[in-house]
Parts: sequence; C-alpha cells; structure tokens
Amino acid sequence: MRRGPIKYIVPGILAVALPFVLPGYYMHMLILVLLWITLATAWNLLGGYAGQVSFGHSLFFGLGAYGGGLLFYYFGISTWWGMLLGPIWAVIVAIPIGLITFRLRGPYFALAMLAMAEVARIIFNSWTTFSNGAVGIMISRTWGGNKLPYYAIILAIAGLTLYVTRRLVRSKFGYYFLSIREDQDAAEALGIHSTRYKLYALIASVFFTALAGAFYMNYMAFIQPDVVFDLTDISIMMILCVMLGGAGTEWGPALGAAVYVLLAECFRTVPVIKEVHLLAFAIIIIGIIMFLPDGIIGSWDKVSRCFVRPPAAETAAAGQFEPGPAAEEEVRKPEAEL
Amino acid sequence: MSYFEIKELVKTFGGLTALYEINLSIDQGEIVGLIGPNGSGKTTLFNCINNFCTPDRGQILFKGQRIDGLPTHQICKMGIARTFQIVKPLKRLTVLDNVMAGAFLHTNDEKQAREKSLAVLEFCELSHRKDMLGKDLPIADKKRMEVARALASDPELLLLDETAAGLNLKEIERMLEIVMKIRQSGITCLVVEHVLKFLMGVSDRVMCINFGREIVTGRPQEVMSHPEVIAAYLGAEYATGRLH
Repeated sequence: MRRGPIKYIVPGILAVALPFVLPGYYMHMLILVLLWITLATAWNLLGGYAGQVSFGHSLFFGLGAYGGGLLFYYFGISTWWGMLLGPIWAVIVAIPIGLITFRLRGPYFALAMLAMAEVARIIFNSWTTFSNGAVGIMISRTWGGNKLPYYAIILAIAGLTLYVTRRLVRSKFGYYFLSIREDQDAAEALGIHSTRYKLYALIASVFFTALAGAFYMNYMAFIQPDVVFDLTDISIMMILCVMLGGAGTEWGPALGAAVYVLLAECFRTVPVIKEVHLLAFAIIIIGIIMFLPDGIIGSWDKVSRCFVRPPAAETAAAGQFEPGPAAEEEVRKPEAEL
Repeated sequence: MSYFEIKELVKTFGGLTALYEINLSIDQGEIVGLIGPNGSGKTTLFNCINNFCTPDRGQILFKGQRIDGLPTHQICKMGIARTFQIVKPLKRLTVLDNVMAGAFLHTNDEKQAREKSLAVLEFCELSHRKDMLGKDLPIADKKRMEVARALASDPELLLLDETAAGLNLKEIERMLEIVMKIRQSGITCLVVEHVLKFLMGVSDRVMCINFGREIVTGRPQEVMSHPEVIAAYLGAEYATGRLH
C-alpha cells in the first residue's frame, strides 16, 4: 500500500475522533492549537515564502476580531457575520500598506506593520465612541460551554488555510514568492512583477489571519484592543511559531504552532516553572535559533539524525598552541649571542 | 529600423560618466560581442537595457518600440532576458525550481513549466544537477543555470554577462557550444566577455568600449587589431609599437 493516503487518513480520523474522547480543557487546547496553526500558516505565506516579514500581523487579527465585534456593538447582528466582514475589511486596510511599502527595498514593510498594529491598538483603545475603548466588546457565546461546534469550525478554517497555502505554493505563485525572497533583482529580471506578487501574498495572508481573528471573537466571546492587537502575544508569537517549525515550509508553521501552544500550556501549569515560563520560553527560542535556524521541518535532516543515529562524539581538539621550552629557547638565543 | 537599437545612451553616477553616447544596433539573429577593460561600462550598459538603472539620456528601441524606462519585469516579458556577471542563483531553490521560476513567464500551468524547464536543462547540459540547491552548484554550473533560467523565459534577445568568466578551458568550450546552440535556435545575443577566445568564436560583430565611450565596432578580427583597442588593454606603447 502506498504511503500517500495514510498521511491524510490518520490525521483525518484523529481530528474527527479526538473531540469525542477529550474532556473540555483539552478541547480548548486543541482549538487553540488549530487557531495558531491557521495564524502561523497565514504568516508563513507572506513571511516564509515571499520573504516579507511582518511584525504587526496582530493588526489583521484584531481587525478580523473587531469586524464581528463592531457589527454586534452597533447593529446587534451576530458576530458570526464578522467571519465575512473581518477578512474583507482587513484586506482593504492591508492593500494600501502593501502598495506603498512593497515598492521599497529594505525593512520598510516590517517597520510599517509594526507601527500600523500599534496605531490600531491605540485608536481602538482611545476612540471609545467608535470601539467601546478598553472596555472591549462582550458577547454571549452561541453554543455556551459546548466546544464541539467551535472545534469543527476552527478545524475547517485551519484545513482551508493549509489547503489554500499548499495549492498556492505549488503553483506559479509559490515559485514567484520564493524567487522574490531569494533575490528580488533576479526575480525582476525573470519577468516577475515583484510588487504585485508580494501584494498577492499579503492579501492571502491577511485574509486567513483576519478569519482566525473573527473566529477568536466568537470563541472567546470577549475582545479588547490590548488583547487582539497585542505585539508580543499575537504578532511575535506568530513569527515564533513559524520560526520554530520552519519558515518557508508547508507543514513547519503548523508543527511549530502545535509545539508552541502545548509547550506554553505545560510551562504555565508546571509548579516550579510556572512563575518563569516566559524565561523558559526565551531559552528554548535561543536554542532553536542557535541550533535549528531553519526550524524543525527546515532542518529535518539534522533533527532526525539526532534520533536515528546519534552523532559521534567529537574528539576533543587538543592541538592548541603552547609555547614550549623550545620556543622559549629560540627567543632567548639572540640575547645569548649578544 | 533595426531589430534592437541603442541611441546616444548616457548614464552618469554622480560625477562619473559611466556611459557616454553609446550607439549600437543589432540585427535579428546576430550575436554581438561587447568588450572593454574593467570598469569600462559593459555591465552598466546591460543594467540600462533591462532598467536596473535608468539611463540619463538616449533611447533604447526593441522592435521599433522604446523600452528605456519600462519596469524590469516588463522588459523581460517583451522578450529580453539576461544573465548576471555576479551570478544570482535563487540559493535555497533547486536547479529545476530556479529554471521553473523563469519558465512561468508565459504559462500558468505548473506541468507545462516543468516540462519546459526540463527541456531547457537538457539543452544546457544540466539535467544531472536538477535536484541540487542553487547555492551548492560549482561556478560553471551556476553560470549555465543562469543561462538556462534566462532561456526558460523564451527570450528573443539574450544578454549574456560574462558567462565564461572564471571558467576553465574545458568549461569555456562547453559554454561556447551552448551559445552556438542558442544562436542556431534563432535567439539574438549580446555578449559581454573578457575571454577573447570565447568571444571571437561566437560573435558576428564586436563593439569595444572604454571609459564609457565607444572605441570601435566591427568584425572581431578588425576590432582586435585596432590600435585604440590594443591601447585600451595593453597601453599606448604597445599600440604604436614604440615599446622597442
């Protein structure tokens, strides 16, 4: 039997069966994992494939979340409509940012995104008549404590994101994204309209980020500017998930997200580490950057070698230069001759 | 109207005149060589043609249409492809993927692009390297990959920037064969080269520039024996024979 179908069938069965076995708390973890798989995969499309690093994807996550939130706040419409409005709204905001910054070389896009996310956070915090400010928007959950429907929805979103990303990166788009990342001059000389293709990557990335944001609104039932536009807990975490799993790989971000979310939860519950779980994280991140700069999937050869065949212990290099007695004598010699 | 024409092209970088009133016309199917000492403006001329840098004055016409000032990617779409003297492989992509990035110019279909790329790789004798990463290739293969990538975009005019530089004699021989094959397939070429053996072998005409100015244009033998060309390369004493 070919190995191909098993790859999809096993996770498929697991995905369907798990929610019926797991208690509520683990369901919550599973939903968070899927949410972060969506976010990391979306970020990866732009940052990993097209090479345009965004330090402010929380802007789109927040806009996605507030899309539904504001609909409810103003018109009392179900926040589920945010799944439609959020992504559209976010894409409309993203296009001008991309059009301006993608024409430039250097870190302008990264910096602009960092600034824009902060600007949005401050606007949503301060303009209370528009967004209800720091009080945030609270709804009542559609299905109350029942996590199953939420699980089904985020599973569909994550699946869709992974599927679309996969289709995109294996088509002309993927080749063009990678060409731009590797060498923009070479890409232009090959007839690639780099600004346009960066924008395509941005739009796809923003769409799924905002979709995840809209889901977050519905699932958490409460949003606040400081939460959804957060720099470290949203923007940076998206980057870290991708870096952990492997930027520019199909499954890396998903794996990174799963490891990251579960690890974070473990740290938070272990008695001793609990207080310093962020510090523990920092150490892991430093380790990843030092030893697996391409992420787990990206340096898979290296990782698998550790498990399959432990690398032979390097014999200590003892060939250091030490000025022995002979050298000393040589130095003294001229003196003696004098 | 000639096929490709450069008219009175001027390019300055600050106070430095890199190119001054360059005129060149190329007929369809021709291979024109471009020589000149280091820093004479050969690569700058290439950069002006595909608009990596915009010329200050002058015109560049391709099939009667002005192309100077058009965006780089559009110039490539019109059928002018180039290679780079300092090779620009897409480092973390395989050789095949590198070439496919070029092949997608005229097709959206992944399968078609792949077939086209495999054919081009065969043409450039790189098939055995197709799964290697761009960064891992030896220099001779990198240079050939540049040619393959440019060819995959189906160019009508190919700009080859020192594709034989840094290669050994045997590799130069192979590159020469490839360029001859390119010529046979009806692609017009403008070739920058220091390796004269290579240039003399392929060119119909040669233009020599120095300090951004045209010295002489003509048949390869004429250009090589032109006193000013010899002076530019070896010094005025050699040209006048006053050395002895």
